[in-house]
Amino acid sequence: MTGSPPDHRTTGVSGPGGSPVPGPSLGHRRRPVERGIRIFLATCGVLSILITAGIIATLAFEAVEFFRQVPIWGFLTGTKWSALIQPKTYGVLPLVTGTLMIAGLSALVGVPLGVGTAIYLSEYARPRVRNTLKPILEILAGVPTVVLGYFALTFVTPVVIRWLFPGTGFYNSLSAGVVVGVMIVPIIASVSEDAMTAVPRALREGAYGLGAGRMTVATRVVVPAALSGIMASIILGLSRAIGETMIVAIAAGFRPNMCANPLEGCQTLTGFIVEASIGDTPQTSIDFKAIFAVGVVLFLMTLVLNVASQRLVRRYRQVY
Amino acid sequence: MSLTTLERPSLQAPPAAKRKGRLFGALLVVSTGLAIVVLLTLLVDLFLDGANRITPSFLTNYPSRFPERAGIRSSLLGTVWLMGLTGLITIVVGVATAIYLEEFAPRNRITRAIETNIANLAGVPSIIYGLLGLGVFVRGINMGRVLLAGAMTLSLLVLPIVIIASREALRAVPEGIRQGALALGATEWESVRRQVLPAALPGVMTGTILALSRAIGETAPLITLGAFTFVAFDPTPLSSFTAMPIQILNWVVRPQDEFARIAAAASLVLLVVLLTMNAIAIVLRNRYRKEW
Repeated sequence: MTGSPPDHRTTGVSGPGGSPVPGPSLGHRRRPVERGIRIFLATCGVLSILITAGIIATLAFEAVEFFRQVPIWGFLTGTKWSALIQPKTYGVLPLVTGTLMIAGLSALVGVPLGVGTAIYLSEYARPRVRNTLKPILEILAGVPTVVLGYFALTFVTPVVIRWLFPGTGFYNSLSAGVVVGVMIVPIIASVSEDAMTAVPRALREGAYGLGAGRMTVATRVVVPAALSGIMASIILGLSRAIGETMIVAIAAGFRPNMCANPLEGCQTLTGFIVEASIGDTPQTSIDFKAIFAVGVVLFLMTLVLNVASQRLVRRYRQVY
Repeated sequence: MSLTTLERPSLQAPPAAKRKGRLFGALLVVSTGLAIVVLLTLLVDLFLDGANRITPSFLTNYPSRFPERAGIRSSLLGTVWLMGLTGLITIVVGVATAIYLEEFAPRNRITRAIETNIANLAGVPSIIYGLLGLGVFVRGINMGRVLLAGAMTLSLLVLPIVIIASREALRAVPEGIRQGALALGATEWESVRRQVLPAALPGVMTGTILALSRAIGETAPLITLGAFTFVAFDPTPLSSFTAMPIQILNWVVRPQDEFARIAAAASLVLLVVLLTMNAIAIVLRNRYRKEW
């Protein structure tokens, strides 16, 4: 290695005789422990990739087995789902429409409440009010969904829904959808609020300077400027609603249902997985493989939404 | 129209706009309040339904066919075991991943892929993790439907939360601390272990507790693993198991009113545990928050 500068670690120190004394060896010490630790850390880093690979491999493996016995086209377009009861038919559409119905109902509740809460926290509330409200919303976000399911079944359905629509069934999509909507309020509110807080002050002050009131500033300046973040929060909320399991399984019942009446029960993709898991399904049967085929549909639906949401979040981060 | 009646332009908003603004503000307050009202209603409802069922024997009895004798002993123990093991696995793997990504990983495409991947994992529905655990732990490596498989599944589920929180905590430690340690002759790992990690510890702990408070309420992945069973013994890591949320579900789905009441009682116990965990996280966050 000619031309490289002298190694600073062994120069600069001269012994009494003028000959260089080797300094403490700082550079080339072997550190097997240190290397071992680094390898361990890197392994953990790669583990997350392995988890994803594991999810895809598990789902794909069992689903392929399933589609060997059930034609995939019939699965995707069939309108009757009866996987656990004879005669068995595997048309996934009722589960998909059930899932979309719950997601739609929850959006009707969750989006206005969530975005409204975000506007209030970001533009209206005083700091003290905000600091009290946010932990309360965090508590709501932390309530186990099985408890929310209990609430939907024993309070929302008999007290609220039946009061509004007498004669509604014990299991109905409306109750489940409304409670899922409440569940996604904290998610939508917190992501939207982050986006609104990121809107520069100057934009607001410019609008106030032109004589705009609070409402105008909120609706014409802040919301449009934060729109991609708000959209991202809504998509994230929808993805949670689609993946939500316990509320739906408890309050909407287990009957696959193509019809669009929210006062009837329905079964979602997640609901079927629970039903099949609660029952004693032999692990080699086609019922067991059907769980994974349904899981694939669920995974793909949420994946598309999550990727879209991340794209949108990145966009508003780049703007300001 | 004479000149004298010419009015100065009003600086006040017209009354109609003012009314609209006030209505809008009121709507926002209502939408914020509604979520809180629902939360309060839920708590009151649970309290009225279940509070008088919480007795010492409710905590120490095994589940039973008779609601008046049923208790949460096995599910409470199952939850304690699950949380202990999940916490242990998650904190080791999660913190290691965070340290790797923040302190050691080269800035290249693989690192970015890992980061995107972690963000994506955070959005995967929990029941899909259940299918993963079923496919890999329960059947793949043939552990069977045991508690340890449940803990490992829950760990995978909450890992992204711990990683993201720990990375933020590590990032908040100023560069000067690392460079000071390195300048004094510490190796990179020594600087991380003796300086950076202790400084980031409160943030890491907060993230872990929040992750556990998510895991403690998770029902769907455990059910997918096959934990919806009747357990009238004290679960151990290698036995079949149950947990609080599963026990609650078990009672909720029964038609008898009496079971609904003990489901409410069990929900209250679960919520108390959860709120305690959250409170600890908040105290940690506030007490050890450092301004650099």
